[in-house]
Amino acid sequence: METLAMHIANGIIDGPVAAVFAAFALAVLAFCVLRARSDLDDRLAPMAGLVAAFIFAVQMLNFPIFTGAVSGHLLGGALAAILVGPWVGALCVAVVLIVQALVFGDGGVAMLGLNVTNMAIFGTAAAYLLVALLLRVLPRTPAVLAGVAFVASVVSVVVASQGFVLQYWLGGTTDLGNGLGGLAATLAGSHLLIGVGEGLITATTVVTVAKVRPDLVYALRGRRLTRPVSVPAVGGVR
Amino acid sequence: MKKRSWGFLVGGLLVALLLAGVVSNFASPHPDGLDSSLRAGCTFDADDNITGGSCPAQAGREHELADSPFADYGLRGIDNPYLATGLSGVIGVLLTFAVGGGLFWLARRRNGPDTGEPAGDRTGTRVGAAG
Repeated sequence: METLAMHIANGIIDGPVAAVFAAFALAVLAFCVLRARSDLDDRLAPMAGLVAAFIFAVQMLNFPIFTGAVSGHLLGGALAAILVGPWVGALCVAVVLIVQALVFGDGGVAMLGLNVTNMAIFGTAAAYLLVALLLRVLPRTPAVLAGVAFVASVVSVVVASQGFVLQYWLGGTTDLGNGLGGLAATLAGSHLLIGVGEGLITATTVVTVAKVRPDLVYALRGRRLTRPVSVPAVGGVR
Repeated sequence: MKKRSWGFLVGGLLVALLLAGVVSNFASPHPDGLDSSLRAGCTFDADDNITGGSCPAQAGREHELADSPFADYGLRGIDNPYLATGLSGVIGVLLTFAVGGGLFWLARRRNGPDTGEPAGDRTGTRVGAAG
C-alpha cells in the first residue's frame, strides 16, 4: 500500500539547512504568539482550535490533479489567514504540521522547520497580504469574498512550493536531473493546479462561515457582507 | 462563550470529523505535487520501492517516528484500512483541536472581551515572566 507522505521527508534537505530553517521558524512563530495575543480572546481561542482541526482534516483529502497520477491537498494558509488573521493563522497551520510530524509520521521531525516555513509562514503571509490589499479596494460582497479567497489560495500555494525550491537550492541532497529551474517550474505548475483545488475549498468554507457567522471572519472584521440586490449569493456555494 | 458560538464550534468539529473519518478514505492515493517532483527520474515497483534511476526521493530517510502507532495515518492493530484511516483521522482532528485550542486558550488575552482597560493579571504575568 502506498504511504501517505505529504510533506518534506527526512534526508531530502541536509541537516544544517534544516536546522537554520528550524531556528527561523521558531523565531517567527514566537513573534506570531506575541502578536496573536491581541487577537486571541475567550471567543477566538476555541475557534482557532477549530480552524486547526479543520485544516488537519482537509489536509487528509488528497485530490487528483491533471495527469491523474499526481495529487494535491489543502495547505490551509489562506483559509487560516482569512478566518483568524495572519498571526493566529500561521500558528494554526504550524500546530497541524507539528501534530502530523510528531504523531502521524508525516514530514520529518528534523524537517519540521522547513515545512513550517513554507506552509505556515510563507503560505499564510502571502495569502494575508493579498487578502488585506484586495478587500481594501473591492466591495465586500459574497462573490468578491469568494474570488479573493480563491486568488489568495492559488498564490499562497505557489509561494509555499517555491519556498521548497529555495530550500533545495541551499541544501538539496541529490543532483537534479533538469536543474533547479526545472524543479521550480514543475512545482509551480503542479501547485498552480493544487492551488485551484485549495481555492475552491477555501472559498466555499469562507463564504459559508461568512453567511452563518460573519463576526468570525477576521478578514471582514465583523463587518457584514453587503448583499447585491435580489441576486442569490454565489452560485454553487452553499 | 455564547450559546451560538458553542453551536458553531460543535458543528464545525462534526464536519471536520466527518471529513477526516469518512471522506479521507476516498482521497487520491497518488503522490502529491511535492512528492511527485522529487520522484521524477526514478522508476518504482508496485510496492513503491525505487528500482532505478536518480531522483531526490532516493535520499529520503526513515521518519524518526515511523514506529508511531498512528504512522502514515493508520492505526496499529487495526487491519481494515478504511477503519484504520478513519479512526486515525478522527483522533487527529480531536488531538489537533485539543492541542491548538489548548495553546490558544493559554495564550489568550485575560481581560474581558469588551473592557478596554488592561487587566491586572496580564501585567502581573509579564512581570512574573520577566522575573
